[in-house]
Amino acid sequence: MKRFLAQAGWPLAVLVAVITAWDLACRWLSIPAYVLPPPSAVLRVIVERHGNLASAFRVTALEAGGGYLMSIVAGVLIALFFARSPLIRRSLYPYTILLQTVPIVAIAPLILMWFGSGLRSVMLVAFVICLFPIIANTTQGLISVPRNLIDLFAMSNAPRWAQLIKLRLPHALPSLFVGLRISAGISVIGAVTGELFASSNAVGEGGLGYSITYANSQLQTDYLFALVLTASLLGFLFFFTVAALEWLCLRKWHESAMRTDAD
Amino acid sequence: MSTDLQPPFLSVESATKRWSTGVTVLDGITLTADRGDFVSLIGPSGCGKSTLLRLLAGLTPLTSGSVRLDGMAPEAAREIMSFIFQDATLLPWRTVRSNVELGLELEGRTTTAQRRETSASMLRLVGLSDVADLHPRQLSGGMRMRVSIARALATRPRILLMDEPFGALDEMTRDLLNEELLRLREKERFTTFFVTHSVAEAVFLSTRILVLAAKPGRIAREIRVPFDHPRRAELRSAPEFLRLVGEVSTALRSVQNHPSAPNP
Repeated sequence: MKRFLAQAGWPLAVLVAVITAWDLACRWLSIPAYVLPPPSAVLRVIVERHGNLASAFRVTALEAGGGYLMSIVAGVLIALFFARSPLIRRSLYPYTILLQTVPIVAIAPLILMWFGSGLRSVMLVAFVICLFPIIANTTQGLISVPRNLIDLFAMSNAPRWAQLIKLRLPHALPSLFVGLRISAGISVIGAVTGELFASSNAVGEGGLGYSITYANSQLQTDYLFALVLTASLLGFLFFFTVAALEWLCLRKWHESAMRTDAD
Repeated sequence: MSTDLQPPFLSVESATKRWSTGVTVLDGITLTADRGDFVSLIGPSGCGKSTLLRLLAGLTPLTSGSVRLDGMAPEAAREIMSFIFQDATLLPWRTVRSNVELGLELEGRTTTAQRRETSASMLRLVGLSDVADLHPRQLSGGMRMRVSIARALATRPRILLMDEPFGALDEMTRDLLNEELLRLREKERFTTFFVTHSVAEAVFLSTRILVLAAKPGRIAREIRVPFDHPRRAELRSAPEFLRLVGEVSTALRSVQNHPSAPNP
């Protein structure tokens, strides 16, 4: 408990300071509530509309989570393919970088136009934005197996699948987790962005992105704040789930996890 | 078949290795070894001693010539061969025990229970029974190398190829592991090829020492080590031991003195 306080104490202190400053600013500078609602108003709207927030949370969680899971499956499969030869990597890697460099706000309307503005399209937007970090990191892990370890498996005349299952994949696991952590947070960005574009149609209704556009148009700034907080909560949840999973998988043997262990 | 006609246990016939860049690493190496021989390869860097070891293992293909191990080509002979690398090459995600079992597991001819039994006895052999459930990260360099040796011996190899296995260890650990290796050899009777930079180590361990010259790599001298087995640590301070160390050092210096560009 003491250690927990020592670790959580400082970030909590920062939180209290920021909220206090925010509250004081609203009072002293008499900022209108539709520009910057005081913390108390945001808290009130969270309590009052927790039903709406929870259902928006569920919809966006489903979209972001679905896209995220799809990107893990596809990303790992693509990385396995990329790891097969430098020629494949040289030929295709530049195009995967496109995934990263084209802004998601530019792709999202296209996806919605092509696939309709349903939940699946929003999932697809999250999928696209999550894909690159997973491909890039997993490929890196798969191709950086030390030469001696590969020779070791060759000396046992190990079949290709054994080399993959018992050597390449476990070796790539720490890198895969780097990709998973990056993508966990941005999956929520993808889903919310997707919803912003889907919101003109009734199908996108209910998600956090949709509700944000709605709250914004109605000048319900306190509700808008509550929605933004809910969206970051979702990102946090994803991130910490992955971080916990990573700790479980790597704590026994990998440096990164061991260091956290020793903290 | 009469024993006189039996081919040597291990033979290398005018083996030549050229890189695709045209550099000749090994030029017409011919050698034979009998069962139970302990052959050390020593020479300046760039003489191709590690490459020779990889040729024996079939990890690098020959440009010309032939290698036969107990009548088999290197790839086929891997069944009776183990390679010990410069670093311990343990899988960090596996426990010590499960690292030792890796070779058997990949061969796929044993049950889990059999593997468990073998790893337990191998770890006893190298004195690491206490750390069987730890991960490699938790061990010292010397202990990791011991695990690597236990893993190599777990498949009961008849040929052991060792590429400077103790090069990264401090001298005390190296001496202890040298003695341990000789003890293991008494028990398991494997034939060994051992690459090293240390003359004393080569003399202490070997039945024969091959001094290689570089550019192109070739056998410059062969020196027999006449000391009886089992050898004890005290041998290191015996006058005849020191004399032989001196002789090998001189041979090594004479190949190094030949004018040649420095090698990476």
